[in-house]
Amino acid sequence: MADAERTLGFSTLSIHAGAKPDPTTGARATPIYQTTSFVFDDVEHAASLFGLQAFGNIYTRIGNPTCAVLEERVAALEGGTAGLAVASGHAAQVIVMHALMMPGDEFVASKKLYGGSINQFNHSYKNFGWNVAWADPDDIASFEKAVTPQTKAVFVESIANPGGIITDIEAVSKIARKANVPLIVDNTLATPYLCKPIDYGADIVVHSLTKFLGGHGNSIGGLIVDGGRFNWLQDKRYPMLSEPRPEYSGMVLGETFGNFAFAIACRVLGLRDLGPALSPFNAFLIATGIETLPLRMQRHSDNTLAVAQWLVKRPEVSWVSYPGLPSDKYHALAKKYVPKGAGAVLTFGLKGGYDAGVKLVSNVELFSHLANIGDTRSLIIHPASTTHKQLSDAQKVQAGAGPDVVRLSIGLEDKEDIIADLEEALEA
Amino acid sequence: MNHDSYSDNYIRGILDGVKTIAMVGISPRDNRPSYFAFKYLQERGYRMIPVNPGQADKEILGQKVYASLSDIPEPVDMVDIFRSSKDALPVVQEALTLTPKPQVIWMQLTIRNDEAAMLAEAAGLRVVMNRCPKIEYGRLSSEIGWIGVNSRVLSSKRAQPLGRGVQRMGLGPAKRSD
Repeated sequence: MADAERTLGFSTLSIHAGAKPDPTTGARATPIYQTTSFVFDDVEHAASLFGLQAFGNIYTRIGNPTCAVLEERVAALEGGTAGLAVASGHAAQVIVMHALMMPGDEFVASKKLYGGSINQFNHSYKNFGWNVAWADPDDIASFEKAVTPQTKAVFVESIANPGGIITDIEAVSKIARKANVPLIVDNTLATPYLCKPIDYGADIVVHSLTKFLGGHGNSIGGLIVDGGRFNWLQDKRYPMLSEPRPEYSGMVLGETFGNFAFAIACRVLGLRDLGPALSPFNAFLIATGIETLPLRMQRHSDNTLAVAQWLVKRPEVSWVSYPGLPSDKYHALAKKYVPKGAGAVLTFGLKGGYDAGVKLVSNVELFSHLANIGDTRSLIIHPASTTHKQLSDAQKVQAGAGPDVVRLSIGLEDKEDIIADLEEALEA
Repeated sequence: MNHDSYSDNYIRGILDGVKTIAMVGISPRDNRPSYFAFKYLQERGYRMIPVNPGQADKEILGQKVYASLSDIPEPVDMVDIFRSSKDALPVVQEALTLTPKPQVIWMQLTIRNDEAAMLAEAAGLRVVMNRCPKIEYGRLSSEIGWIGVNSRVLSSKRAQPLGRGVQRMGLGPAKRSD
């Protein structure tokens, strides 16, 4: 099977992509190669590996066979040419930008992003001389207006966290293509089960594996997928790929590694030199989680739609934001980009404001009050009293974290139990 | 034949069948893709013959360099072309004058010349264009998975070590449908 003419299904890839039986022992599950280093076959082999002339393992900061299974699996699920696993979703973003940006360069990003990404782009990236220009996903033309001659990339989320915004990836990709820069899509909330951004023109996909891909709330990780279509050699704007690299005796990565050169550049320049490697143990847990991704994402989405429909009817609730609801502002885009379901994250407003939010998170028994999403367990947070507490009231509202806002990440429990827990907490 | 995509079995059949490969346009510089591909295939047991008029009679990776395909004093199973798409045509025309004729014409990543391909196919040769035999070998042997590349190959069979060290894999047995 697996001939080039036949396309394997998503569930098959979730289980098998990247994972043959171990060549030495025959172990069928992916072994945890918990080792820092790998012996060379001989001196010539070592030289070939260090010179990027052979495929193989040297040192776990650069690559590890357990991490490699995860990399190939996510690349296969996204329809990309190659993957690179790193220590966290934030690390994935730093490694991607390190391959694209030089000091003084700019990138255009949607202003509706995960708050951690907004912080990273606004503040930490300044130390590297990488400048962000913000655009509004509700006004696609604003992306085009933000492009300058220094623009090197465009960055969006497929489903934005926490607002439940669906980005019109195809429209943004046309702007990126016109500007001749790659489109980077953070696909953490959707996962490739719900949406495959490369199909809509994304050039690079990044993930926080911590959320739905791992899916069990036990491991932090990040991943970069190379879409394989961007031409890095068209000019000198991406010197990490188009110019002879002194690190590798003058090799030009873009011409040596063809349509997976971006993933290789991220590995042999970014990961090698900046160092945020993923632990093989985390890679094992996350790759095991991915085996059930299609089952979990469908249940997550089905449960969340049921909860959203229930919340809409509650007298305590003033509004519900979930693109799976037919009444939602983003429902038309959701039907195009996430037709199987709109994921597990929703926000809603409480008429009782700040105090009602604090009361709800205090009274739940099944929901866990914590700052994460994408767990088998249902999670709840009141941003105004936790993650966004330091902001002014006006800033809170602008960030989608007004005093009345509650965010849920719906788990895989029975939906009747999830709803009953919310009902008891609201009425307590 | 359709040259936009190739089945894994087609590529495997070629890489499994050929023993002697002449590489036209190999660079003597060790940071060039042609040098890498030559070295990699040599390490996997192929008899590799370098062809480059500018390097004639010198040695690359221990092998004597020939100025042209016609100068090679032994039969060649496959001609691997590292020249521009335009320059591929005369190389194929020369390959077709060899006795015996090679079985395979392979044009590297980014190189495609449909006229040359038709000529070779009309003479009974198999043709691959816009692919790298090193990458294809690494993909089908599963070695390339070690650097996170989507091999697009699934198998419940173990990868087969080549027998020279643990980090070199062979192509393994042919698939049922071969």
